[in-house]
Amino acid sequence: MAKIVIDGVEHEVNPGNNLLQECLSLGLDLPYFCWHPSMGSVGACRQCAVIQYRDADDKEGMLVMACMTPATDGAIISIEDEGAKSFRSDVVESLMISHPHDCPVCEEGGECHLQDMTQMSGHNYRRYDKKKRTHHNQYLGPFINHEMNRCITCYRCVRFYGDYAGGTDLSAQASHHHVYFGRHEEGVLESEFSGNLVEVCPTGVFTDKAFSENYSRKWDLQTAPSVCVGCSVGCNTSPGERYGSLRRIVNRYNSEVNGYFLCDRGRFGFDFVNNRDRLLEPVQRIDNTGELLADDQVKALIKEFKAEGTIGIGSPRASNESNFALRVMVGEENFYAGYSDVEHESMQVILDLASDTAFHTPSVREIEAADAVLILGEDVTNVAPRIALALRQSVRNKAKDLADESRIPQWQDAAVRELAQHERSPLSILSPAISRLDDVASDRIIESLSAVVSMGHQIAEKISASAPNAAASTEHSQLIEKIAMQLKAAKRPLIIAGNSNGSDMIKAAANIARALRDDSDKSAIDLCLLVPEVNSVGMALMAGAENRLGAALEKLQSGEAKRVIVLENDLYRRAAKAAVDAALTKAEKVLVLDQLPTATTANADVILPATAFSEHEATYINYEGRAQLSFQVHQCQKQAQPSWRWICDAEHVDDLVERCCNEALGFERLREVLPGENPFVAGMKVPRQSHRYSGRTAMIANINVHEPKQMEDKDSVMSFSMEGIPAQKDASVLASSWAPKWNSNQSISKFQDEVNGELKQGHVGCLLIERKDSSGSYFEAAEELIEPSAKQLRVVFSYQIFGSDELSARSKPIQARMTDAYIGLSPVDAKKRGLNQGDVATISPLGSPAVICIRTGIKAGTALLYCGDRNISPADFSGLIEVEKSAIQTTSRGIGSLIVSDFHEEEISS
Amino acid sequence: MSQQVIASTANKARKLSVQEIAEIEHEMTLYPDKRAVGLEALKIVQKHQGWVSDESLLGIAKYLDIPAADLEGVATFFNLVYRQKVGKNVILFCDSVSCWIMGCESIKGHIKEQLAIDYGETTQDGDFTLIPVPCLGDCDRAPVMMVGPDLHRNLTPEKIDSIIADYKNK
Repeated sequence: MAKIVIDGVEHEVNPGNNLLQECLSLGLDLPYFCWHPSMGSVGACRQCAVIQYRDADDKEGMLVMACMTPATDGAIISIEDEGAKSFRSDVVESLMISHPHDCPVCEEGGECHLQDMTQMSGHNYRRYDKKKRTHHNQYLGPFINHEMNRCITCYRCVRFYGDYAGGTDLSAQASHHHVYFGRHEEGVLESEFSGNLVEVCPTGVFTDKAFSENYSRKWDLQTAPSVCVGCSVGCNTSPGERYGSLRRIVNRYNSEVNGYFLCDRGRFGFDFVNNRDRLLEPVQRIDNTGELLADDQVKALIKEFKAEGTIGIGSPRASNESNFALRVMVGEENFYAGYSDVEHESMQVILDLASDTAFHTPSVREIEAADAVLILGEDVTNVAPRIALALRQSVRNKAKDLADESRIPQWQDAAVRELAQHERSPLSILSPAISRLDDVASDRIIESLSAVVSMGHQIAEKISASAPNAAASTEHSQLIEKIAMQLKAAKRPLIIAGNSNGSDMIKAAANIARALRDDSDKSAIDLCLLVPEVNSVGMALMAGAENRLGAALEKLQSGEAKRVIVLENDLYRRAAKAAVDAALTKAEKVLVLDQLPTATTANADVILPATAFSEHEATYINYEGRAQLSFQVHQCQKQAQPSWRWICDAEHVDDLVERCCNEALGFERLREVLPGENPFVAGMKVPRQSHRYSGRTAMIANINVHEPKQMEDKDSVMSFSMEGIPAQKDASVLASSWAPKWNSNQSISKFQDEVNGELKQGHVGCLLIERKDSSGSYFEAAEELIEPSAKQLRVVFSYQIFGSDELSARSKPIQARMTDAYIGLSPVDAKKRGLNQGDVATISPLGSPAVICIRTGIKAGTALLYCGDRNISPADFSGLIEVEKSAIQTTSRGIGSLIVSDFHEEEISS
Repeated sequence: MSQQVIASTANKARKLSVQEIAEIEHEMTLYPDKRAVGLEALKIVQKHQGWVSDESLLGIAKYLDIPAADLEGVATFFNLVYRQKVGKNVILFCDSVSCWIMGCESIKGHIKEQLAIDYGETTQDGDFTLIPVPCLGDCDRAPVMMVGPDLHRNLTPEKIDSIIADYKNK
């Protein structure tokens, strides 16, 4: 620690950081624009100027930029000095010269860092009376609005979009007065993380387009701490609601998981909550007509389902509480997993590995610390996007090492990047097709799935002699050797795989990690196994290893089980259509709990409406086994209830969590995510509404002029109210960060124990799975797959950030970016079949239609199959398929919005 | 919804000429990094085409395999990389301090009269484009201007007339 004096007061600071960061960590107010807690300093905006004195005798001092000055021991600085203050005031005045002052019509107004900083810097009178420069705005796609006139040229957008997130289609253009941040030409921003521009931009240049169409000021939004349900990463979010509709999602800081950033699926995929098709009333289907059910009828029905002969099918997209309630209702032996049998098998492998002491599952923050990464077969950007963003940071560890050697502080962002140029930590990708991470890959091998698995085993063998012998291939042997050596040499190697395509890849990845462990003195090796859905791990823990979905369907078909309760799940996405059809037809009664109509609800006898993620309090378990609590944000206006409430008699979530801790193996620590012993300060709850929340008494005046009593929330430490203990006091949870003088999301530093540290009012979640099994051993190398015949292709399931997730695919902004189901083919395979880019083809065995997408970076003999949002079920395909041109050539969305770097084009003659 | 974002952009790219490619290839031997060749490539293309069209810019980006957005950043940063069509002869007219002291304003007025164009404009016959430039480094012979690659010094209205006539006849 170093001691520095700020305005006559001595403080202890970290000498490894810069003055600005340390001032903010100390809770002091110092204005800034270009600095960002996760992107370091570039000294572009000159806003954070302070006076630094040479020594105690120096009365003059000199101006320095706090963000560019290290917090060295003995430093004496002043933030309050008049010279520094007037300099900062002049800086913001000049930055504001062409700013349109359009705050009343700007979406950023009320949570604008520029507003905050302008006020803080003391600029309040505009002296410049000349013409302002103006810009043309660009169309940037369905997510982001562009309003360049508001720009103050802090460069944060391109630093995030390009430097941090690897986007290539947004750049700084022109010079001096005309600097422009935009695309080369109008068009959709390609990066999967473009939504973060909304939060990274200190003013309203990049704003949330979907929010804008249904806008509300920040202070008018009702918010609560929530968890994204888009994938298995479990990023923390703050959804905002007004007048009964969910309006937007912004990032909620969690030091271990998402930090400051979300992916676009998470940010724009919430709109299914507002979907007009939402199931909102309990309905019984009698002779093809729906009949509304009264409370006592529902009760009678539930009683009927409690009888012998009922089975339950859980869901990887439902909460632990709902899965547990269903398990309690039908009995553990009758509770079946709600994902495909292939996924079931791989989940069992993942669970086994999760308790093995040889491995460690890294959090997103830990992934950023990896200094050599191997991705085996998984398209991380489309399966767990936030992790792809973390991997982009991991390759910068080489740059940071180089900076340390050259004694350049790591926060000197521009200098560190300049020093490193193209030097990156190794990231190797072995997969059947080029992915969106390949631009930062040191090595990539495009091979068939089974070849990738085999190469995985070879790498393990190269690393440690204790690994099983693998069939050596002559091809790529040098690269395999190189990758093995890189992993061996790394301080913190990381192996990534996932269950997108069965468990062989996972086994190969585990063998490599185990070999690394055996070869070194490291106690555990980072092994990150991706799963597709928000609660895949939670449901896997809940359902017995033998309770496959296939077994449930067989039981129904054979008549062994008479009734089935399907929890928030569309079985047609999980199992072959014929098997689901047969089971549901045979079942005497089918009860489905869900949020939106699906092919399964269409075959249900009883439909009970379930609340969406923002309408109930729930816990989910992410890919690491991290349990997190997501609070209810708003009330569902109609009759939907949390699924558990329909089927069990627990009063509160807490009771159910408590029971789950006691009764469900593996959930013992779940209660730790609940707010502590005494979450209420002075007996008061935490308000979901800000103290500036407007119009409460008039909100439903069009219906009733009497002001209704505020809804009570019996489940939670939060209230549907403005009253209570706000977060900047002593509250136990933080919904939306706000601090005096800090209306924007930058107020987060006021809640962190230090910049980039933990939140005082936060909870990083709780790791449920204990590693205590030290008897794990290597998997045997997988058997070689049968070679496809000349006509056949081997299927590899491909995922899309926009479309593969069932719920977010029902959101309007996401739909604007979705494609039809498609088959990705290599140019050779396409040519052989007489198929052209964009043709519609049929795929055997069912003759399902899919658009042809020819890509140069696909291994010949492999067909990448993206199943679309609901037109094709992966369970209908296994192994080998045939593709031929369809007689019907109509598409709905086509593949126009697909973003891939290796799209095959016919050579055009000049 | 825009069509194939990446593919459409690539499709609009102009195939660079053999000569352009040869010169760019030469530059590539002089730099460690393709990205660094961007500016030289823009200059080469401008030399051959007179200016850098969208199609040319995309063609360079494709040839060098660098993002079009980055190359656009370079192209727009330098005001002598022309991203709009210019006349056959570009007049770079200095209006900086020394030339101003030596009366460049009246000279500029004369050009404006003779060619009927102001800064940033091209004559209707496409012969001349007039662009201001801060300094040409020849202050002792101010006022000065460049037409194409040639420097013209100690300008007077009469001199301007003959210069214009010369270039018109070229």
